[in-house]
Amino acid sequence: MKDLLAVEHLSRDEIERILDRAESFAEVGRRDIKKVPTLRGRTILNLFYEASTRTLSSFEIAAKRLSADVHSIKAAGSAVDKGESLKDTVATLSAYDPAAIVIRSPHAGAAEMVSRWTEASVINAGDGKHEHPSQALLDLYTLRAGVGSLEGKRIWIVGDVLHSRVARSCLLAFNAMGAEVTLAGPPTLIPRGIEALGVDVAYDLDRLGEADVVYTLRMQMERMSESYVPSLREYAMRYQIDSRRLGPRQLLMHPGPVNRGVELAPEVIDSAQSLITTQVESGLVVRMAILYEVLAGQDRPSVRAAAEPVTDPPTIGQPA
Amino acid sequence: MSFLVSRAGPSADLVLKGARVFDPRTGIDEVRDVVVREGKIAELAEAGSAPEIEGAEVVDAAGLLALPAFVDPHVHFRVPGQEHKEDLETGSRAAAAGGYCAVIAMANTDPVVDSAAMLGSVRDRAEREASVPTGFVATVTKGMRGGELTEMAELRDAGAIGFSDDGLPLASARVLDRALQYQRLAGGVIALHEEDPDLSGNGVMHEGEVSAALGLAGIPAVSESTMIARDCSLAAYESARIHVQHLSARSSVEEMARAKAAGVQVSCEVTPHHLTLTDEAIREGLDSRFKMNPPLRTEDDRQALIEGLRDGTIDCVATDHAPHAPEEKEVPFEQAAMGVTGLEKAFAVLHTELVLPGILELGLVVERMTCGGEPFGIAAPRIEPDAVANIALIDPELEWVVGEEGYESRSDNTAFADRPLTGRVMMTVADGRVAYRQRSLMMEVAG
Repeated sequence: MKDLLAVEHLSRDEIERILDRAESFAEVGRRDIKKVPTLRGRTILNLFYEASTRTLSSFEIAAKRLSADVHSIKAAGSAVDKGESLKDTVATLSAYDPAAIVIRSPHAGAAEMVSRWTEASVINAGDGKHEHPSQALLDLYTLRAGVGSLEGKRIWIVGDVLHSRVARSCLLAFNAMGAEVTLAGPPTLIPRGIEALGVDVAYDLDRLGEADVVYTLRMQMERMSESYVPSLREYAMRYQIDSRRLGPRQLLMHPGPVNRGVELAPEVIDSAQSLITTQVESGLVVRMAILYEVLAGQDRPSVRAAAEPVTDPPTIGQPA
Repeated sequence: MSFLVSRAGPSADLVLKGARVFDPRTGIDEVRDVVVREGKIAELAEAGSAPEIEGAEVVDAAGLLALPAFVDPHVHFRVPGQEHKEDLETGSRAAAAGGYCAVIAMANTDPVVDSAAMLGSVRDRAEREASVPTGFVATVTKGMRGGELTEMAELRDAGAIGFSDDGLPLASARVLDRALQYQRLAGGVIALHEEDPDLSGNGVMHEGEVSAALGLAGIPAVSESTMIARDCSLAAYESARIHVQHLSARSSVEEMARAKAAGVQVSCEVTPHHLTLTDEAIREGLDSRFKMNPPLRTEDDRQALIEGLRDGTIDCVATDHAPHAPEEKEVPFEQAAMGVTGLEKAFAVLHTELVLPGILELGLVVERMTCGGEPFGIAAPRIEPDAVANIALIDPELEWVVGEEGYESRSDNTAFADRPLTGRVMMTVADGRVAYRQRSLMMEVAG
C-alpha cells in the first residue's frame, strides 16, 4: 500500500494486516526503550491545516518510535498563511524527498489530491468532513481487544453524523469487518442519502439497548446558531449517553475531545465500560502500523531497489 | 439596434459539395451542394450541379452534415476583468469551433455590466474581437447586489439583449417583481439563475447519496425548484417574460411543466453536462472538473432533463460555458471555482451520448441547440435560399478525444477532458462569414 487515503479503499485483509502489525508494536511500547530502527533515515512530514492534539502528537510519536525523522508543519505561521496554494506547498515539501506526508486538511479530497502531486506516501489524517481513516483503524484495534470479532456485532454511532469524518470512516470500517451499523441523531444532523452506505438510521435512542457498542460523536457548540438543533439542552435530553441509557454490557467509545455533559454524561466517561482512554493508547500503535504499512509493508519497493545504481541513459543516435 | 455584435470580415463565397443538408425547421434532409454567395445561401443545388464561382472556397463535404449553426443563450466570456480565464476573442473562437453562430454573454464580470457605459465598452470590444456574433445581457441589479435595479430602459437602448444576474439568484422576490413590472417599459427578457441561497448554504455539490458519502455540503434540488415555482408565479402575476437558466433537477422540470401548462411566459435551458453526467462522477477522486452550479445531480434527474428536452418542457440547450484558470480548479473540491467550459464540444457530447445511442433524435438535438436565441428575440438560423449563411458543417463519424489538440478557449476546465467523442465540427459559418475551419478540412479555391 503506497498511501492511506480512505477506509473506503481498504479491503478487510488490508485492515487486518495493519491491526496485526499494531499488535506487534504494542509490545515495543511496553519496553523501557520504546524505539525500533525500522524507518531510520526516512523523513516524515506532518502537514496540518487544522488544529489537532491527539492525531498530530500520536503521528509524531509513532514516527519517532520507528526512528524516522519527523517534522510537523502547521498552517498558522507557515507559507500557507501567506497564500501559498496546497499544490505549491506540496511541491516545496516534496523537494525534501520525504518518505511520507501526513496531511490534515479542512477540505474533502485534499489527501487524495496531494497523493497525485508527490512521490511520497500520503496518509490522510482527516480531510474535511470526508474521512479520518487512522481514527477508524485505531477504533477497530480498540474493539478487537475489547470485544474480539465484529462479525454480527451491533454498533450505534450517535450524534452529529453530518459534520463528522470520523462517523464516515468508522461506519465503513465497522461494515467492512462485518458489524451492523446504526446511525442515530437528530434528523438535521444525519445526511440525506447516507443509508446508501449500508447503514440503518434512527432518530431516537429507543432501540439503543440492542447495541453492543455505542460510539458517540462530538457535538459542536456552534450547531445551534445554524438551526441544526434548538438547544444543547434539548440535544442532551434526547441523545446524551448517560448511565440510564447505557446498559451494563454495552461498551462506550468517543473519538475525543469530549464535551462533558453534552453528548456524554460524566459518569459514563469514567465508567468501566468506557474505552475512551484505550482509544488514545491504540492511536499510537495503530499509527506506527500505518507508517510501517505504507513505508515498509508489502507491495512497497524496497529501499535497496531504489539504491541500485542507475544505468546510463542511451546517448542520442544510439539504438536503445 | 442590433443586439448581436462581432468584428467585420469578408462575406463568404463558398460551395459545400455533396453535404447532407439537414434542417429540422425547413424539413430538408438531402445531399446537396450548398452555394453561399456574399454571405447568403444562394442555392441548395442538386449534388454535383453547383456552378463554378470564381474565387469561391470549395469544400468537399461528402459525408458531412450541413446543419443550421447553433445558438448559445448562456456563456461567460469574462470581459471585463477576468481575461486570464477568457476574452472575447478566445471565447468566440471556442464558440466557432463548437459550431455556434451566436452566443449570449452573461454580465457577472468584474466589474459587472450594469451601466450603459460598461455595456458600450464590451460591445466595442466585441466589434473588434468577436469572431461570432455576441449578445450581451446587462445585470438586473446594480453591482449584482440584488438590491437596486439597473437603468434597464437605457441599457436596453444601449443594446442589452436581455437582463440577468446570472451567477447569483435574485434572492428578493420584491426586487424581481419590480424588475418584471419595469420590463413593460424596458423590454428584454429576464434570465434567472434559480437558486435559494438559504437552502444552498455553503453547498458544493448535489445533496444526496454521493455528498453523504463524501462528507460534502449539499445543494438540494429544491433549492432550484422552489425558486422556479416562486418566479413563475411572479411572472404570471406581472404578465412578464422570464427565461430560466440551466435546469438541473427533476423537480425543476416538473415546475416548468406546470408553469407552461398554466400559460406563463417562460422558457428554459439545460446544459450538455447536466444531460450526460451525474453526481457519481465526483465520487471517485473528488475532481473539481465536475464542480459547477447548479451541480450535477442524480440519474433520475438526468433522465427527467432528457425527457423534458424531448417533450419540449425544456426549450433549448445552453452550455453555461464558464472558463476558470487552473489555479482556481487545482485545489480541493470545496475550494474550487464553480463552472465548466462547454462550447467546443457541446454538439459532440450530445451526439455521442444521446443521439448515437438512440436516446434523442438528431433533429431534436439540432432544434434545441439552434433556438437558444429565441427567448432573447433572436430567431433560429435556417438553411434555405436567401437566408444569411449560418452553417455548422459536421463530420458525424469523426472520432476525437477532447483536449488532444488543446482548446480554443483560454481555459481547459471541461468535465469531458480526455473523453472520446464521435462527431466533430469541421467548419462554421456565422452571420455569413467563415468563423472556423477545422485543420483537417479539405478545401480548395475555385477559379
